[in-house]
Amino acid sequence: MSAAAGLKWAARWRWWEGALLLALLASWLLLPSHALLLNEIAILALFALSLDLILGYAGIVSLGHAAFFGFGAYAAALVAKLVMPDPWVGMLVAITLAAVLGAVCSLLILRGSDLTRLMVTLGVALILYELANKLDWLTGGADGLQGVVMGPLLTPLGAFDFDLAGRTAYAYTLVVLVLCLYVARRLVHSPFGYSLQALRDNRLRAASIGLSVNARLIAVYTIAAAIAGAAGALQAQTSGFASLDVFDFHRSAGVMLVLVIGGTGYLYGGIFGAIVFTLLKEAVSAWTPQYWNFWLGLFLVVLVLVGRERLIRPWAWFKP
Amino acid sequence: MLTLLFDGIAYGMLLFVLAVGLAVTLGLMNFINLAHGAFAMAGGYITVLLMNRLGVPFLVCLPLAFLGAALIGAVLEPLLYRRMYARPHLDQVLFSIGLVFMAVTAVDYFVGGTPQNVQLPAWLRGRFDIDWVGIGKYRLFIIVVCGALTLALQAVLTHTRFGAQLRASVDDPRVAGGLGLNVNRIFLLTFAVGSGLAGLGGALGADVLGLDPTFPLKFMIYFLIVCAVGGTTTITGPLLAALLLGIADVAGKYYVPKLGAFIVYALMLVILMVRPQGLFARAGGGK
Repeated sequence: MSAAAGLKWAARWRWWEGALLLALLASWLLLPSHALLLNEIAILALFALSLDLILGYAGIVSLGHAAFFGFGAYAAALVAKLVMPDPWVGMLVAITLAAVLGAVCSLLILRGSDLTRLMVTLGVALILYELANKLDWLTGGADGLQGVVMGPLLTPLGAFDFDLAGRTAYAYTLVVLVLCLYVARRLVHSPFGYSLQALRDNRLRAASIGLSVNARLIAVYTIAAAIAGAAGALQAQTSGFASLDVFDFHRSAGVMLVLVIGGTGYLYGGIFGAIVFTLLKEAVSAWTPQYWNFWLGLFLVVLVLVGRERLIRPWAWFKP
Repeated sequence: MLTLLFDGIAYGMLLFVLAVGLAVTLGLMNFINLAHGAFAMAGGYITVLLMNRLGVPFLVCLPLAFLGAALIGAVLEPLLYRRMYARPHLDQVLFSIGLVFMAVTAVDYFVGGTPQNVQLPAWLRGRFDIDWVGIGKYRLFIIVVCGALTLALQAVLTHTRFGAQLRASVDDPRVAGGLGLNVNRIFLLTFAVGSGLAGLGGALGADVLGLDPTFPLKFMIYFLIVCAVGGTTTITGPLLAALLLGIADVAGKYYVPKLGAFIVYALMLVILMVRPQGLFARAGGGK
């Protein structure tokens, strides 16, 4: 098999990918009463997808990915409040701004060790948190940005208002999620995507076969930031609200956990992780709402002690 | 002005004692331990509970806080931490975040979420006013205690047999083991002492920093800044970084309260951009 054919074979559509898309569509049709919860899951999945691009494919450990999520959320909410209420415009603005922020921040993560990157990503999220807190004339400070009214969603099928049950919101989120998934899928199966994996596994070697490591890191970080911004915009638009907790450390840590539950480095980990994580959270919270964090922590510790791979892929236990 | 400087130095010394254990695990064992603040919190709560519920005097509580936190560290190191040293950094981060979440919720469950106060003994309250410098007695106490600890640490690391063994184990655990050193025991002892120091720092800082269950999360970033900016190859690096951070934080909050912690984070980003290995790292050394 030639190299080109090999790459094509690796990029072929698998049966379970189609099944997953069908399941997403079916969830909209068959579970209308759970649209709000499903919407939450889909947004989390999109957010985790963006983290997968930099963590799973480029190997950057980030503790501040919520920076881009929050930036997109505030951007979309402010556009709706101050400029125009059309969701698509807000989405585009949020994606563009988050991408610009990502491009700027990517310059910070090129140098240093894992610890330096950890600190820098965390620092950016903290700075944005402080900014959103202090610029209260613009963002509403600790009270959050209130009074965001979204206009109807304009589509080729007509205009739809965002309803209380969240069906329009969920459909909107699903469309954005599938579009981003498609873009990310094209990306990781392109030569660019393979070069990312090469530099994740060994930067020095990747550089010495002539890959421009820094340019690739900047590119993937920018794209991941844009997708995270889209997730944030969805969050703000479908809830009509943006508050400081979009920048919170818990959110950065949570999305990392979601991705790790689902498995890194194959794009769909975010979706599976978000489903498992949210259902788990619902179940535990119903039982002990205040102490959910304890069980989350315990889960993390056990997950790492047992080994991420082995818990997610139980069949690996039996391999030699 | 000088009062601010003084407060900043006291704050910095406190941060140093809190973070030095982290510098050790990070620099010596290359382990990213985000749960370090949990040990400090343990020390703080030991002090508060002993004082408020049993009426133990403050000065007796401090060594007990050290011992308590050191004991927790000594139990956890062989049980959990030792398996993590060789893992990828992502695993270490997830593992220690998990520990933080558990510690925060456990304290919330057993003690409650309200902030705790320390009743300082009378001779530590108030301040000396010498000309235009106001010197808080408690802050002076902190500086004296932390300064003595720093000198002792430096002496132990450079002038004792144990210090030499530790440095050898860190430089190359395999060769050190081959020469007959019990590397596991050395790491265990070091980890316990580092945790104990954090506990002592937490006890000392309960009055200055405030103490509630979210302590490990709130101050995690500060400890990490001390280590990342100071570099982890020496004792003096983190010390200078801690002092710098303490002074910048106190002065920033006094002169431009609107910006809050913004200055510290921005300063950190700039320093890390210019010197990704830390301000005081050995040239060309380390990972």
